[in-house]
Amino acid sequence: MATFLGIDYPTWWFLVVGAVFSGYAILDGFDLGAGALHLFFKKDESRRIALNAVGPVWDGNEVWLIIGGGTLFAGFPILYATLFSAMYIPFMLFLLAIIFRAVSIEFRSKEPMKWWRNTWDIGYSVSSILIAFLLGVVLGNVLQGMPIDSNFEFEGSWLMFLNPYALLVGITTVLLMTVHGAIYLCLKTEGKLFEKVEKLLLRAIIGFVVFFILVSIYSLAYIPHLSDDFRSNIWLYAVPVIAILSIANIPRLATKRRFKMAFVFSALTFSVLLVLVAIELYPALLLSTSDPANTLTVYNAVASDKSLGIMLLFVAIGVPLVLSYTIIIYKTFWGKVKMDETSY
Amino acid sequence: MDVEILSRIQFGLTIAFHYIYPPLSIGLGLLLVIFEGLYLKTKNKEYERLTRFWIKIFALTFGIGVATGIVMEFEFGTNWATFSRYVGDVFGSALAAEGLFAFALESGFLGILLFGWNRVKPTMHFISTIGVFFGSMFSAIWIVVANSWMQTPDGYHIVGEGMQARAEITDFWAMVFNPSSVDRILHVWLGAFLAGAFLVMSVHAYYIVKNKHVEISKIGFKYALIVAVAVSLLQLYTGHRSAEIVAHHQPAKLAALEGHYDESAPGDLYLFGWVNQKTQKVYGVSIPGGLSFLIHYDFNTPVKGLNAFPEDERPTAVNAVLQFYHLMVAIGLLLIALTLYAGFLWYRKKLWDKKWLLWIFVFAVFLPQLANQFGWFAAEMGRQPWVVYGLLKTSDALSAVVTANQVLFSLIMFSLIYTLLFFLFIYLLNKKIKAGPYSYDTIEHRPTQQDISKIVSNKE
Repeated sequence: MATFLGIDYPTWWFLVVGAVFSGYAILDGFDLGAGALHLFFKKDESRRIALNAVGPVWDGNEVWLIIGGGTLFAGFPILYATLFSAMYIPFMLFLLAIIFRAVSIEFRSKEPMKWWRNTWDIGYSVSSILIAFLLGVVLGNVLQGMPIDSNFEFEGSWLMFLNPYALLVGITTVLLMTVHGAIYLCLKTEGKLFEKVEKLLLRAIIGFVVFFILVSIYSLAYIPHLSDDFRSNIWLYAVPVIAILSIANIPRLATKRRFKMAFVFSALTFSVLLVLVAIELYPALLLSTSDPANTLTVYNAVASDKSLGIMLLFVAIGVPLVLSYTIIIYKTFWGKVKMDETSY
Repeated sequence: MDVEILSRIQFGLTIAFHYIYPPLSIGLGLLLVIFEGLYLKTKNKEYERLTRFWIKIFALTFGIGVATGIVMEFEFGTNWATFSRYVGDVFGSALAAEGLFAFALESGFLGILLFGWNRVKPTMHFISTIGVFFGSMFSAIWIVVANSWMQTPDGYHIVGEGMQARAEITDFWAMVFNPSSVDRILHVWLGAFLAGAFLVMSVHAYYIVKNKHVEISKIGFKYALIVAVAVSLLQLYTGHRSAEIVAHHQPAKLAALEGHYDESAPGDLYLFGWVNQKTQKVYGVSIPGGLSFLIHYDFNTPVKGLNAFPEDERPTAVNAVLQFYHLMVAIGLLLIALTLYAGFLWYRKKLWDKKWLLWIFVFAVFLPQLANQFGWFAAEMGRQPWVVYGLLKTSDALSAVVTANQVLFSLIMFSLIYTLLFFLFIYLLNKKIKAGPYSYDTIEHRPTQQDISKIVSNKE
């Protein structure tokens, strides 16, 4: 098996997929979170400002989802096929929410009537929450594993995705994105609206911490395979410790109104939690609960070394390019929302 | 209905709907680069107004393209799991290249293109416009490469057997430059340029006949017409090349395009026709031996007909394939006639007086869209029963665990939401057309950030 710097290609690709999804969670996370908070703002102008805070970037952030799906399909086609066909209904609802959200954002500002704007505001907010929730539900199911037969086909019922653990992870995801979105809005707003967002941020942090603790207890108590690696290698405990410190830093910085740093730490929280997920799973990608022999791993669900080698080369060339334009665009729109004739 | 039919209807519906938008984004992207380039070069404010007007419409097509594009990608996994396992290794590198080199470029510069007019220097904005345009062109390359590989697979070998069989890449460049990809990429690009140019001509023709924004519309129409004349002529060449590739690599599809059943008779070329699939006869007007001539430059050389292939290895919807193909060709020829005639009138300085012709251009916006759709229908239906030509049948490519009821649910869901989305598109397009290009006083009288924050801080 081909290696680079002593690490085999499937593991490298596992890291690439993890990095892309972490980038997606950080970027789309704040605009989904801002969407989740949208209905807490009452005045039309406040809602306009909140929407225009994400206006120039939400579409670009969503492209990361396509890239994420692409890296998963490209590197782990067998996982892609099994997971997506097993969770048909949640993925279809997810697509519904993605389209409905785009429709709501575009429609809202086009007519001045109150009922019109309210309808699309609700559409925007509900679909933002649903997207975050379903991402969490899929993650919860992946962490838990599902029944898979020897042809790597799902063998459970289609309703299985709705289970307590997945629902908990779903709610936790919504709350973390809400925290992240609230910090972003704090950076983008002024005056009374800013004060309102600040209050919402503190409430969202409390909600997130409560659900994070619940998910952690549930994981430790009922899903033992998630903590196996930690028992065998004590150094790995550093990761949950960093996660907890990173989470604790968010309210500390937010109460000091150091929102830029708070944003850095809410972004870091996404990454560290995904690193935690990666450690808990690796080398498995999707555990088979019916027979451990049918578990999809980075070695049996993966593309060939030839294909991975080409793609890793692309990543090495492409990632610096992607980072440079991402930085350019965020610098362009840095600072408080400024409306002009191009706004929503 | 069974899962196969439902899944095919769903994929057909979602991809046909998706394919209204990316061609418009590519075509409008080209015109935006032209308009903005002229603005930078001449500093003429009319070009600025044109650029900014078309950016608003570009934003609309791009947004819907992204949302409906995510659907396509996810459907590979949800509905076509066996296909995904089969082609994943080969498609992987094409998709990774699309994500990193095309999408990231588009998404990075899109924000500046749409919202950055007052925030960055004009050259930086122009660079962003070019970035988004190139991004959308690159995107088309990789998607068409993947589809062309499904038509004429190359650079792979098959590993495993039965349920476990899948294609693995052996030669990246042979996969990318498989026999049909270059010609099909050019054909798709040119089709997209026509879609964009005809939208621009349609809107400006409408303004001219309604006597609104006339001067700016004459400029917009002129440049779109130049693009359309050149592109519709070039399209003849790429179309012919694509047909030759089909003849050499997908003989069963070629036979279906002309409804040619005889195993080894010279092939006729139909101007139009109707296939009776039971009697295996085509009723219509044809050039005897015309197909043989186009392929072999000789009227008497036999062309392999449908009956030369086993029943389960040739397309069944022969009449539909023939109709879609012929409609595409007919529209292509009509576009050449229309644009050449308009170009001739423009040269004679008579174009703007011909109201009836301008009205035709108002409605001609549908023609390249239909040609694009019909061309794809012919290409995809003509490949049946294969999803990967000669390797994997469509009926074997489905998700084993997804039931008919689940697909029925999602099919109804997509039908409803796409209807809503289409109404949204028409509504917004209409609103933007009604609003017209910016006039300078409206830009200045918009509320500024200071005004808005004053209102907000007093009331929230």
